[in-house]
Amino acid sequence: MKEITPSFEYMKKILSFFILLLCFLPMTAYGLDVPKLQGYVNDYAGMIGPSVKSRLEEELRTFEQSDSTQIVILTVPSLEGESLEEFSIRVAEAWKIGQQGKDNGVLFIVSQQERKIRIEVGRGLEGKLTDLMAGRIIDQVIKPRFKQADYDGGFIKGVSALISATRDEFKAEPRSVQRRQKGFPPLLTFLLFLGIFILILGSLSRILGGIAGALGLPAFVYLTIPPIGAIAIILLALIGFGGGLILPGLFSSGRSRKGGYRGHGGGFFYGPGIGGSSIGGGGGFSNGGFSGGGGSFGGGGASGDW
Amino acid sequence: MRKRSLFTKLVLSVFILAAFSGCGYNTMQKNEEAVKAAWGDVEAAYQRRNDLIPNLVEVVRAYAKHERETLTAVTEARAKVGSMQVPKNIIDDPKAFSQFQEVQAGMSSALSRLMVIVERYPDLKANQNFQDLQHQLEGTENRINVARTRYNKAVEVFNTSIRIFPNSLTNSLLLHLSLKEPFKAEPGAEKAPQVKF
Repeated sequence: MKEITPSFEYMKKILSFFILLLCFLPMTAYGLDVPKLQGYVNDYAGMIGPSVKSRLEEELRTFEQSDSTQIVILTVPSLEGESLEEFSIRVAEAWKIGQQGKDNGVLFIVSQQERKIRIEVGRGLEGKLTDLMAGRIIDQVIKPRFKQADYDGGFIKGVSALISATRDEFKAEPRSVQRRQKGFPPLLTFLLFLGIFILILGSLSRILGGIAGALGLPAFVYLTIPPIGAIAIILLALIGFGGGLILPGLFSSGRSRKGGYRGHGGGFFYGPGIGGSSIGGGGGFSNGGFSGGGGSFGGGGASGDW
Repeated sequence: MRKRSLFTKLVLSVFILAAFSGCGYNTMQKNEEAVKAAWGDVEAAYQRRNDLIPNLVEVVRAYAKHERETLTAVTEARAKVGSMQVPKNIIDDPKAFSQFQEVQAGMSSALSRLMVIVERYPDLKANQNFQDLQHQLEGTENRINVARTRYNKAVEVFNTSIRIFPNSLTNSLLLHLSLKEPFKAEPGAEKAPQVKF
């Protein structure tokens, strides 16, 4: 078998193939910045003192460990024209506070400039932390203190009230917190197939392997990190192309018939191997150790202002 | 050249596989189920609002009995919502759907008129019962909004999935699923409210 020398016609075909592919991959815009989830207390407006912050973090961490319920605080300097409820539900949906299935998350959100407070309650807690209850906590516990500029007190007492309102509604599982379950197995299978696919095609022709890589790599990344722009996709396609060209070459030695057979056997052997090692690298999307548990929200809760 | 045609065939098959996987048979059904589930949430949210109305009317009446017109309007709007028959296949039926939306919009506007007149009664506003109800009402309205937004998104996904090729073929030959109705913005929603002094 001899190498195919890419002619110009050939290249044009491949290029138009890629362009067509790009049309099939949708880009998602992510809206008005949802801030990064850093921990239990996300004080982007700088309203909470440092000692109070660590005390709250401690309290909320302990509460999650005992009850699996996640209460998270977010303060923002300004809503920049967006309504508090719209922003709040977007943040709650993005952060996915609370455990998957239990939906026991609470988002305590304050916007400094607009002087607005909201408690966004996860579906699973709506029975105990009703709209009424959340409203009362805001009116009677948080608002009066905020009105006197006692923000620390407002947050401390507010959090205590939220904890007592939701205590014992859920129980934490005895085993250690395992949150990153969703989406993992399908990714594993996909990667395995991708690896094998590249090697099969690649042993037939280098260009084919390149195309499989160009197809597969952007698709794989798209599945793991949803917001991805056209440029990223093009780059990944190029990397995948290159990888697809080189990879089969590494595993199939020689092009004689005997060598080809060995190459096939080697290819199959290494396929799962590649898949396995890629999983080790690609499985953890950590961001500093804290993340939501996959809980969902239905829009319940209450708002107020001071 | 033999090599060339094999190559072309393989590329074509990869491409076809990627784009056509299953011709959308499963995807369309999954999407339809998602729309139905989202609709369930919408109905539940509106029902919740309806359940709050009687209490609200009673509390307001205790403080503002002279506002008979507005209170009656609210009660009547609620009766209209209650008396409407919601057919099982409402999401497929444009007429029933727009009637539903209309009736609920009537409820919304009656409620907002009520809230406007409440402003004139500070005692009422200070009443704990009323404040509780207000929180509940706001919570319900928010749930309605969230449910409608998610429903519309689910409808968009579904409608797209039955219209693109080759799913459209599968649909017309096998499944016969129909386009779903999304919520349309209320008329007058584009105009910002006039503030008169």
